[in-house]
Amino acid sequence: MLSKGLKRKREEEEEKEPLAVDAWWLDPGHAAVAEAPPAVASSSLFDLSVLKLHHSLQQSEPDLRHLVLVVNTLRRIQASMAPAAALPPVPSPPAAPSVADNLLASSDAALSASMASLLEDLSHIEGLSQAPQPLADEGPPGRSIGGAAPSLGALDLLGPATGCLLDDGLEGLFEDIDTSMYDNELWAPASEGLKPVPEDGPGKEEAPELDEAELDYLMDVLVGTQALERPPGPGR
Amino acid sequence: GDLRSGGGSVDVCRERLAGLVADIISTVEFNHTGELLATGDKGGRVVIFQREPESKNAPHSQGEYDVYSTFQSHEPEFDYLKSLEIEEKINKIKWLPQQNAAHSLLSTNDKTIKLWKITERDKRPEGYNLKDEEGKLKDLSTVTSLQVPVLKPMDLMVEVSPRRIFANGHTYHINSISVNSDCETYMSADDLRINLWHLAITDRSFNIVDIKPANMEDLTEVITASEFHPHHCNLFVYSSSKGSLRLCDMRAAALCDKHSKLFEEPEDPSNRSFFSEIISSVSDVKFSHSGRYMLTRDYLTVKVWDLNMEARPIETYQVHDYLRSKLCSLYENDCIFDKFECAWNGSDSVIMTGAYNNFFRMFDRNTKRDVTLEASRESSKPRAVLKPRRVCVGGKRRRDDISVDSLDFTKKILHTAWHPAENIIAIAATNNLYIFQDKVNSDMH
Repeated sequence: MLSKGLKRKREEEEEKEPLAVDAWWLDPGHAAVAEAPPAVASSSLFDLSVLKLHHSLQQSEPDLRHLVLVVNTLRRIQASMAPAAALPPVPSPPAAPSVADNLLASSDAALSASMASLLEDLSHIEGLSQAPQPLADEGPPGRSIGGAAPSLGALDLLGPATGCLLDDGLEGLFEDIDTSMYDNELWAPASEGLKPVPEDGPGKEEAPELDEAELDYLMDVLVGTQALERPPGPGR
Repeated sequence: GDLRSGGGSVDVCRERLAGLVADIISTVEFNHTGELLATGDKGGRVVIFQREPESKNAPHSQGEYDVYSTFQSHEPEFDYLKSLEIEEKINKIKWLPQQNAAHSLLSTNDKTIKLWKITERDKRPEGYNLKDEEGKLKDLSTVTSLQVPVLKPMDLMVEVSPRRIFANGHTYHINSISVNSDCETYMSADDLRINLWHLAITDRSFNIVDIKPANMEDLTEVITASEFHPHHCNLFVYSSSKGSLRLCDMRAAALCDKHSKLFEEPEDPSNRSFFSEIISSVSDVKFSHSGRYMLTRDYLTVKVWDLNMEARPIETYQVHDYLRSKLCSLYENDCIFDKFECAWNGSDSVIMTGAYNNFFRMFDRNTKRDVTLEASRESSKPRAVLKPRRVCVGGKRRRDDISVDSLDFTKKILHTAWHPAENIIAIAATNNLYIFQDKVNSDMH
């Protein structure tokens, strides 16, 4: 869709006029605009923005400025639609195409989904920034930084893997890894998990305690027998 | 109308198509005397033009710019860690003040800054004892006497060599570099951080601004441009995607996250739209030569700020206000994200910036007059006077007016430069470089 916009000839500019007309609230000459702040955005502007966001994230290295500006604009649009957005998701696809037919003509499956999934995708994107970051960061500010390899920022991670992350969620990324060994609370922060059991027994509530059975389990795992005996975990 | 600058009228009347660069030009920069003009392009090449000295023999070719040197500055790289290709496009070139016979400049792509030394060779030694003319070793039995090699003149050769490579300083894309007035340090800015480098040291830099939030999901603003003050080596400014400018003093703290001054204009409620933030994003910031003012460019305007007034700009000039009603379309085709540069003339009395349809605009701060000119081969012949253009927005239309709807948005003048002292401007129009000179009033007042 974006390439369509870039390549369009001048004649097609007229075709796009309906979009401008549709966006009457943006016309500063319009009486209503002069008096009141922007009203509710059309869903086509919302869709366009989400489309841009997807497109931006699909770049191998997203243009951060473009991304931030689109996200902020999308938030403004969302905020103006808030009363509607708070309701259960928009009616299913049949309503959408009529509004944004030109825009969505070449969309993929995710875009032609209902507004619910669009909003969900948006929160996925925001949630992804908390994805694990193998940071070798530049160190405290103000100090000289070594000429080390640049750290991986979260948004950088969004790049190559974005497509599958958005579709399957973070869980999908780790599907083929057996994490059952790590599901046990033993593998909570090491400093807590491996503390020796205090003499006064399980009276304490704060730190996770190791009882004898868990300690045995831990020893077995360390020895390696448990790992071999355990059946495949839920991930498979 | 004529652009008036100081005494007398200024006719922009001479065009010299200085070069057809093979690739899209991505940056243009005069050196401190204006004798040299450097361009960088999307293919990582740098082309340097030199102004020919005025000659009595050929009065018509006084002060033209000819190609002086061409070299490959950056190559595409592959970042194996992230599985990404790093573009070789030259984002910025900045000249160092000349300190000896050689010229030096910094060029940068998204990740790596390089210091280049440009030297001339116009003599070569002849009469070696051990080597012949072609450099082959002589048969020693034929050498019967010793001679002292002498320097003979030769055709001028310009040699360019990389002296420093400043790598691995940036996680995000570098948008600006700026040489400090101390001539020993420079800064480089990416979307979230600004680093200070010593020109002689490549394996470390100091981080002086860091706006990266702890959680990237809280990211709402990026750095768009930055520049050192021309006289005060401790002061620099950086602009943001939200339209603000922050003046920082390096003496105040090692990390300049707290600005000394914040320049921000409140949003005009009558012009509010969903695109208000995007069009307020500052794409370029330039200190005036005097150091008293700053010039900023956002999507629709250029603004002059007084360093002593943070509340609002002292002057605002409309570049192409007729686009205000087209913002939705321009958002759709991404033109609204175009980053235009701006420039001061040598006396800080005229400012210039590019626009669409190969138009560029000049504003005279004293007379408040402005002009729209076009950089194209069709409308400019050598030694012709550039005709002012007009965009009509409905209503009365004169013969040569262009209507808003027939503007070509693929023809953008993003990069422009003004000679530091004279009325000579360099305009990059895609892969064409235009240099316009004022022949009537060559000297700046």
